Amino acid sequence: MTQYPYTDKKDTRSGFGAGMTELGRTNPQVVTLCADLVGSLKIDTFIKENPERFFQCGISEANMIGISAGLTIGGKIPFATTFANFGSSRVFDQVRQAVAYSNKNVKIAVSHAGLTLGEDGATHQVLEDLAMMKALPNMTVINPCDYNQTKQATIASAAHEGPVYLRFGRPVIPVFIPEDMPFEIGKAITLNEGTDVSIFATGHLVWEALQACQILEDQGISAEIINIHTIKPLDVDAILASVKKTGCCVSAEEHQVNGGLGESIAHVLITQYLAPQEFVGVKDTFGESGTPDELMAKYGLKAENIVEAAKKAIARKAK
Amino acid sequence: MSADLKQLAGQLRLKALELYKMANAGHIGCSLSCMDLMIGSLVRQKRPTESFILSKGHAAASLYTCLNYLGEISDETLLTFYQNGTTLPAHPAPNKHAGIPFATGSLGHGLPIATGIANANRLMGQDDLTFVLMSDGETNEGTTWEALHFAVANRLDRLVVLVDRNRLQGFGYTEDILGDSAAPHKFEAIGADVTEIDGHDIPLIIATIDTLRDRRDGRPKVVVANTVKGKGVSYMENRMEWHYLPMSADLYEQAREEVLQAYPQP
Repeated sequence: MTQYPYTDKKDTRSGFGAGMTELGRTNPQVVTLCADLVGSLKIDTFIKENPERFFQCGISEANMIGISAGLTIGGKIPFATTFANFGSSRVFDQVRQAVAYSNKNVKIAVSHAGLTLGEDGATHQVLEDLAMMKALPNMTVINPCDYNQTKQATIASAAHEGPVYLRFGRPVIPVFIPEDMPFEIGKAITLNEGTDVSIFATGHLVWEALQACQILEDQGISAEIINIHTIKPLDVDAILASVKKTGCCVSAEEHQVNGGLGESIAHVLITQYLAPQEFVGVKDTFGESGTPDELMAKYGLKAENIVEAAKKAIARKAK
Repeated sequence: MSADLKQLAGQLRLKALELYKMANAGHIGCSLSCMDLMIGSLVRQKRPTESFILSKGHAAASLYTCLNYLGEISDETLLTFYQNGTTLPAHPAPNKHAGIPFATGSLGHGLPIATGIANANRLMGQDDLTFVLMSDGETNEGTTWEALHFAVANRLDRLVVLVDRNRLQGFGYTEDILGDSAAPHKFEAIGADVTEIDGHDIPLIIATIDTLRDRRDGRPKVVVANTVKGKGVSYMENRMEWHYLPMSADLYEQAREEVLQAYPQP
């Protein structure tokens, strides 16, 4: 399989911070807002270098979304930043009315998504945000997989005209996407070509999918690993091309299986090309406190779970 | 009040009544309550580059009739109010007309949006006012107070918040629901520059905004305008049910006659 050696481990939120630093230097239209979580969002450098383009909203996320929508009128590109639960479920009506329906060029950039938030517990481990955001017309939904890709996605979000929900996380994970790998919103990335099963992974599950690929290869199974960084618009062509080749697939995400990436893929398959699919994700339950690694294992989001799902999908293929 | 303003207040009321009758729709009292505020601000004070947000979107007919008067909505389009495929639904839809860039009517969104616009203007070094018209019941929404804190902290003195204080909300007197959440001292306590006026005195509304336009003291402007729900139609005035009720043919005729009497037309 294609190897993705890494020499460094970083958090994806730092990739966002690095992207914002670059945008601060290159795009004078970019402004940033935060609901009292500056340190957590890693935007200190942006603020230090562009104090006049940063707005502290205090602990009032709903207001921050409305202000962001209003800020767009003269061509500003606001990045509203907070934790993923506060940028989605807490403010869904604000996002729906003022951003999505009003179709404003607001970027909702959120950290600490999913179980890997860890010990803070289920209150903050939002696992439903992709479902909410992908349901909104006009909304682009991006869930990058490592530091480099998050930086790329941040910069691409600013260049994209229209509402964006950009989701990233807290834990330190391998930086395995090469800096020069092309990134385009809505364009899936094939990380490994295979013939027996397609594995569509997003966010932190992409690294797990690569580990699963190695395990499967050692057992004589050829897996195609596709990084779906953009949940919406979904790269339907890439999904169909891969499944037509392999005949089955697995979706893998740090999110509820209800309403997540897996269901978007299932919609494609049920309407255009019937094939077995297995779902790796959180199965209709809230999280709990624990270390990120322990939680990923307990809730079935590790490489071994992807391996198991892949074998199940292969077994279900028509003989 | 000068004859021409009085005439305009009657003309737009008659137009709004006509729209609601045609649509057999409610929210008439809400539109009549804020019509004079709309004339004083949107029609007479707002400059071409300035923004106006009707946060109490359920009073959409007042917005549509004013924009029609200003030439931003054609007579033909105005008559599609409430109809299938219209760009003028019961609550304002965004981006269909230049004067309506945001969806409003889900309460509590207009003030944060207007605060963002005022902040954008400040960033761009523009002196434009940003108007937002809210209902007093709407100030039940917590975003009112979140946005006002932000506006005070960021010295947004080009933000003009007009509060249509008719003391009635969806299903009761504001006083009985949560207390008077739009009482002037509440805005003052946060640091806003508050002016309390008669919300049906159009020359006073215009003069008040003139004064506020010149007052660059860093404080966001709040105009608490005391109004009467259903203003101009006796059986609607101060009656909660005219938040919702459509008019019968008889009541429509009576309403027209009363408006013509109170606001003589040429």
